[in-house]
Amino acid sequence: MTTDLGLPALGGLDLVPGTDEAQKAKDYKSDQEVRWCPGCGDYVVLNTIQSFLPTLGLKRENIVFVSGIGCSSRFPYYMNTYGMHSIHGRAPAIATGLATTRPDLSVWVVTGDGDALSIGGNHLIHALRRNVNLKILLFNNRIYGLTKGQYSPTSDQGMVTKSTPMGSVDTPFNPVSLALGAEATFVGRALDSDKKGLTEVLTAAAQHRGSALVEIYQNCPIFNDGAFDVLKDRDEAERRIIPLRTGEPIRFGPDGDYGVTRSAWGGLEVGKVSEIGEDNLVVHDPAITDTAYAFALSRLGGQDLHHTPTGIFRQVTRPTYDDLARHQVEQAREAKTPDLQALLRGKDTWTVT
Amino acid sequence: MSTSANGSGTGALSASRPTEVNQLDRVVIRFAGDSGDGMQLTGDRFTSEAAAFGNDLATLPNFPAEIRAPQGTIPGVSSFQVHFADYDILTPGDRPDVLVAMNPAALKANLADVPRGGTVIVNVDEFTKRNLSKVGYAADPLEDDTLSAFEVHRVAMSTLTQGALAETGLGKKDAERCKNMFALGLLSWMYHRPTEGTERFLREKFAKKPDIAEANILAFRAGWNYGETTESFATTFEVAPAKLAPGTYRQITGNAALAYGIVAAGQRSGLPILLGTYPITPASDILHELSKHKNFGVTTFQAEDEIAGIGAALGASYGGALGVTSTSGPGVALKSETIGLGVMTELPLVVIDVQRGGPSTGLPTKTEQADLLQAMFGRNGESPVPIVAPCSPADCFDIALEATRIALTYRTPVLLLSDGAVANGSEPWLIPDVDDLPDLRVSFATEPNATDGSGEFWPYLRDPRTLAREWAVPGTPGLQHRIGGLEKADGKGSISYDPDNHDHMVRVRQAKIDGIDVPDLAVDDPSGGKARVLALGWGSSYGPIGAACRRVRKRGLPIAQAHLRHLNPFPANLGDVLRSYDLVVVPEMNMGQLAMLLRAKYLVDIRSYNKVAGLPFKAEELEGVFTDIIKEVVAA
Ligand code: SF4
Repeated sequence: MTTDLGLPALGGLDLVPGTDEAQKAKDYKSDQEVRWCPGCGDYVVLNTIQSFLPTLGLKRENIVFVSGIGCSSRFPYYMNTYGMHSIHGRAPAIATGLATTRPDLSVWVVTGDGDALSIGGNHLIHALRRNVNLKILLFNNRIYGLTKGQYSPTSDQGMVTKSTPMGSVDTPFNPVSLALGAEATFVGRALDSDKKGLTEVLTAAAQHRGSALVEIYQNCPIFNDGAFDVLKDRDEAERRIIPLRTGEPIRFGPDGDYGVTRSAWGGLEVGKVSEIGEDNLVVHDPAITDTAYAFALSRLGGQDLHHTPTGIFRQVTRPTYDDLARHQVEQAREAKTPDLQALLRGKDTWTVT
Repeated sequence: MSTSANGSGTGALSASRPTEVNQLDRVVIRFAGDSGDGMQLTGDRFTSEAAAFGNDLATLPNFPAEIRAPQGTIPGVSSFQVHFADYDILTPGDRPDVLVAMNPAALKANLADVPRGGTVIVNVDEFTKRNLSKVGYAADPLEDDTLSAFEVHRVAMSTLTQGALAETGLGKKDAERCKNMFALGLLSWMYHRPTEGTERFLREKFAKKPDIAEANILAFRAGWNYGETTESFATTFEVAPAKLAPGTYRQITGNAALAYGIVAAGQRSGLPILLGTYPITPASDILHELSKHKNFGVTTFQAEDEIAGIGAALGASYGGALGVTSTSGPGVALKSETIGLGVMTELPLVVIDVQRGGPSTGLPTKTEQADLLQAMFGRNGESPVPIVAPCSPADCFDIALEATRIALTYRTPVLLLSDGAVANGSEPWLIPDVDDLPDLRVSFATEPNATDGSGEFWPYLRDPRTLAREWAVPGTPGLQHRIGGLEKADGKGSISYDPDNHDHMVRVRQAKIDGIDVPDLAVDDPSGGKARVLALGWGSSYGPIGAACRRVRKRGLPIAQAHLRHLNPFPANLGDVLRSYDLVVVPEMNMGQLAMLLRAKYLVDIRSYNKVAGLPFKAEELEGVFTDIIKEVVAA
């Protein structure tokens, strides 16, 4: 038996109180000394987020960062908002309870590739499937940093690490593909060093009502230095990064001479615009309901970063778990006034005098 | 004293009673059949009839873990025992006075429990060659002398039910399925039970299938009329209403009482409730029940696993709701890391463990109380949590409120140890007046509290009396702070690796739990202090221990009884109580877990009596144990 659950149409921050007071990045800096290694990609992401949050115009006390365990999970301590540094892999679950009971909060999860995809994989996919109003920032450095350099579920196969002296035999996850497979309604990707691109994705994620997964390629100079260097070198980046811009034909490369078109079997493939023809370029639309489109985009790139789409892969509307759960509580309350004494009495009683 | 029962009275069926009527003070009936025979429902209905009549009662359901174990086999036998009496009883009864066996397997599995002279009612239709050989009966026990010590009634329940439903147009198979209602009708006649409640129940249960409702009612009446018209039953029995304390009663199971207790805790604290949980036997009924009461501001979150269940509950508590999680022992194992986070972040959280047979998957549908040390110590580091345990199905309501009181007052996870016996068992419950329930209102932090004039909020400053830290929920302006699993500096709450601070914080967390306000332990000793032996228990063994003490006292031997509802911290007077007896005996459905804690803490010797059979103690068994011990002490 199924039943219509009703469909509230809201934006991601509609129930979060705002403020007219001007905010600055420094308002979001806590008094804790930041203790990542020098040169760690986490620094730039922290700065970007601290300068992007004021643009949302929210009351600072209504923002919460929940993290798991790992280098990036120290994030909440550095934010002058509410925050909880929880346990390994469990942040999405904890944040789900918080978001479900508190629609007035903007809840952010900070996690890493080990935290989200290994120990916490189950919570991640279920949070995405339920579409809880959470913004999940997945700092992907393709290595375990805090435990000093073991391979992670996004490390290259064959990668030599402390725990894989002969090379890792694991096949890595593509986090974007995984999220899409888990029915995520919003999936984006950005580079730690790309302040503009990251800010764009984060802004859209914040406004999205539902779970948003943002994969952030993050450099770990200590244990996996240069993992994303090919995307940071100007010439290389031009050839590899496929910027996804809503409403625009997908093209990239020096002078935009490469583009994305439909493949023979109905998927997507990269080709030379001169060969494909401009009219045959795919115009990017993250709102396409069929996950196959965004999934095909996610498969254009590979572990080797040969091609790397960045931006927003998918952004569709679907009722959120927390809205529906609260809606049921409201409906139940309207249908039946809570009367504790009546509940305790029940239907069948007898009286002894 | 008078008793009036809502919806009972004479009932739809009334009898002229040519038979002799015997007055009894108590009866134990066990309905046993195949797990597909509807024995739980039958027992449950008989219980409701007894409750409506005003008897005191206690029940013991016993069913296999498999949803449909192979039909007609011993592992597939499901039974429901109900004990009802005209006085206050404590247990579901050791041995059934009446066994209703719906097939050979049910007879074989249960006969050993029936005392000589007991009544055995069998459905002869199921005693076929095939069914007999399935359970290893070489000869038909109805024909040889297997049952010579019992009063046996051979009733062709399947045939009679089919006959009664012949006109309904119901298929043979569907008609035969109503035979449990035939058995219920017969037993209802034998014990003069009101019948209206059952008929109303059936109409409601099958509201969407009125023909099935009518068929069941017909079968029920056919069973009643069978007793009335055939002469095979010479005697019927009456058990008068019990002289319980005045008030309005209802029948309740432990799991339902626990769920109501959580609803009440939400109402009395003014907090919304989030139950984060994962289905697990025998705790799932708490989820089912709470999911029906959303109108009380209860959100039930069926998570992807046990860990997410408690994670969501803790997240809700962090946001200012009352987080609750419900599970059984295997689930507690999975939740232990999050309980540790609750200890570290000092947030309120109620963790319900409906204990079952272990280790590992163990005996999912059987009872045990072997999670005490898991609750006490099953986490990394020094991680103290308060522990409470209900002593009866109805007590589950009060214990839920008590667990919540401790969680909210002291900002800590609380372990609530129920077990399969109290969870599925039922008894009359004196319905409390809502206004008499404890006031659980809390206040959240609203102002910065720093003692250095900085105007900051320091999350780890404590109330000097309770040692609880302030509960500052997100959304409160000016109190932004960060908490987490890393050790925090006393007061200020920033991350601290300072050795002395850690030592201090470990001690403070322990002191907070040790200092929880717990009522003194009451000792029951009607001899006025002559008892030299104390029987001490915890959890669901309250009933059998109490019943055994009554029996021992009836023999003229004094014995004192006390029961712990608080297992961490213990009541402050416990040490004195223990030392004032020559011998303390602690029966437990484990290998001596409470005994170990008592010996360690109080350096007193404890006589442990242990049984881990998946079933509650029998009063008779403990009577023997206590009697021997008293004799030993007197002789010494
Ligand atoms: S180990 Fe790597 S990821 Fe961790 S803080 Fe250092 S540089 Fe950053």
